[in-house]
Amino acid sequence: MLILEKRPTPSRFWAWGTPFLAVILTMIAGGLMFAILGKDPFEAIRTIFWDPLFNAQFAAYSRPQLLVKAGPLILIAIGLSLGFRAGIWNIGAEGQYIMGAVCGAGVGLALYPLEAWFIFPLMVIAGAIGGLIWAMIPAILKTQFRTNEILVSLLLVYVAENILASMSLGLLRNPEGGGFPGSRNLGQYPSAANHELIAGTGMHWGVVAAFIAVIAAYILLQRHILGFQIKLAGQAPRAARFAGVSPNKLVILCMGISGALAGLAGLFEVAGPAGQISIDFNSGYGFTAIIVAFLGRLNPIGILLAGLLMALTYIGGELAQFMLGLPSAAIQAFQGMLLFFLLAVDLLSNYRIRFPLLMKEAR
Amino acid sequence: MDFYGINPAVLIASLMVASVPIMLAAIGELVVEKAGVLNLGVEGMMIMGAICGFITAVHSGSPLLGFLGGAAGGAVLSLVFILLTQVFLANQVATGLALTLFGLGLSSLLGQGYNGIKPPPTGVLPLGPLADIPFFGRVLFTHDWMVYGSIAVVAAVWAVLKYTRAGLILRAVGESHDAAHALGYKVVRIRVLAILFGGAMAGLGGAYVSLVRVPQWTDGITAGAGWIALAIVVFASWRPWRVLVGAYLFGGISVLQLNLQASNAFPIRIPVEYLAMSPYLITIIVLVIMSSGRGRASLNAPAALGQNFHASR
Repeated sequence: MLILEKRPTPSRFWAWGTPFLAVILTMIAGGLMFAILGKDPFEAIRTIFWDPLFNAQFAAYSRPQLLVKAGPLILIAIGLSLGFRAGIWNIGAEGQYIMGAVCGAGVGLALYPLEAWFIFPLMVIAGAIGGLIWAMIPAILKTQFRTNEILVSLLLVYVAENILASMSLGLLRNPEGGGFPGSRNLGQYPSAANHELIAGTGMHWGVVAAFIAVIAAYILLQRHILGFQIKLAGQAPRAARFAGVSPNKLVILCMGISGALAGLAGLFEVAGPAGQISIDFNSGYGFTAIIVAFLGRLNPIGILLAGLLMALTYIGGELAQFMLGLPSAAIQAFQGMLLFFLLAVDLLSNYRIRFPLLMKEAR
Repeated sequence: MDFYGINPAVLIASLMVASVPIMLAAIGELVVEKAGVLNLGVEGMMIMGAICGFITAVHSGSPLLGFLGGAAGGAVLSLVFILLTQVFLANQVATGLALTLFGLGLSSLLGQGYNGIKPPPTGVLPLGPLADIPFFGRVLFTHDWMVYGSIAVVAAVWAVLKYTRAGLILRAVGESHDAAHALGYKVVRIRVLAILFGGAMAGLGGAYVSLVRVPQWTDGITAGAGWIALAIVVFASWRPWRVLVGAYLFGGISVLQLNLQASNAFPIRIPVEYLAMSPYLITIIVLVIMSSGRGRASLNAPAALGQNFHASR
């Protein structure tokens, strides 16, 4: 039998080692899952993790897609990680993402067909505010009424999905769309479109925003008093209160930042890669970003890398769907598995594992 | 006796059916939380129960086996939660979320090829002349056995928690795992059993969704019922009978909004999407009322809720 022994301080080695170990374990377990589905596990893993980057035939298309997918994931995960560090669980990023897209696209569509330089910046602001307001609902209910923010932010996802459906069938529906649900395509409205900035790289304003968010979060956590307060509140809530950190202020700030970033991600997505508001516009980025935040160990640089890795599983998953007929749901299960393994191996950084029986034999 | 084309007897009867899934999931989660564990993976376990139950019922042709399969599916997924939180001491909030994300993906994977199939019908329990009683017969005695089964589960959980030694030990573990450990109770073992029970109940509720409530399989069929079940535990202040009240309340709202979607009762038509979001909105409002002011439900929460137990301390 094995015995767990609490480490006096968390292991530095395993703090960095666990994400890599989790990825390897997920590949093994995922390979088993693919084998059960009747696919060659080695080919499946290679198609997901190697071909999108290095296969001459696909890389030209896939590599730019990496940034397109990673952008929103990183942007949302950075926001979530601040709250998670302080013990504030905003799980409703998916809803904030939808509301950001709806508000931002709404501003753009309201101004159609006006052409002016200020339209896109205005949409960006509206998108951030949309997400912010949606995140303020659980934040204010938590600070005023002590309502559980996990449940409220999550239930609001379903409300947001219904608002999205209502918008794409009603208020924002394309009047020239022949009665089909969905808004005008913002990609064809130059003043509102979020185009590729450098052709062939997939780099759009959302990706730029994601990089800025990574740098800003890094500085915030390393150099700013607010970052210190967030870390303190998460590690020692009582000490934080004695040090004069207001829990309510932290809730409002962390939820606000993560809501605004999720809203931004939604706006950049609707004005760029997605192009329009439609009933099934949301694609689960808000939920996958939770995995990204944990995989990146709630650290901005880690989240950057984790976001790129998770984007790779999306693109590789699509490729595997196309090449091997692997069901798209398999990738979702694969991503869920990654979070499991990550949480499981996290044990290694806080506990030492001892094998008393083996040691007795050795003596 | 119709109001704007809505028959109250039919409404109450269908409310009882609509509330079964959340009642089962919520009573299971109540036991889990009473043991001091916060499992947020109810939605994931429900949807695994929905697909496992559906597949078992379709292949065996028996709804009874379907429900057993659903309970098994939920319980098996909860084993992952047990492994992570009870053995590897992982964060319960994050593990619960992982369980839901994984369950949604896996159920959709398992459910490939089951779209558009009808499951074997679950028959009405023949209660003879009782069903002929005016109004009450229609409301109370025209249901399948799961409707009565779910009420029996609530009663059983209440009785066990309140009157038995096992219930007392379970509550002790939830209030203070260190004290329970010092008294010699196996904290982890008791929690494992509670989590398995919660998983089986969530799975059973999920199976009821795919076998009776909707009778078909589509991805994401539980549509947030697991989260509403979690909210109902808060609403119920961790008391079994209030789970029943809460489930009927939310079952009633979801049935009423469906009826309103179909009827032309009001001069101004409310768009379907706004009616569809009402159960979630009302859940939030109820959470706010329960969490604030004098009715502070959180005061009644098990003291060790969400904390991991490690014996070496």
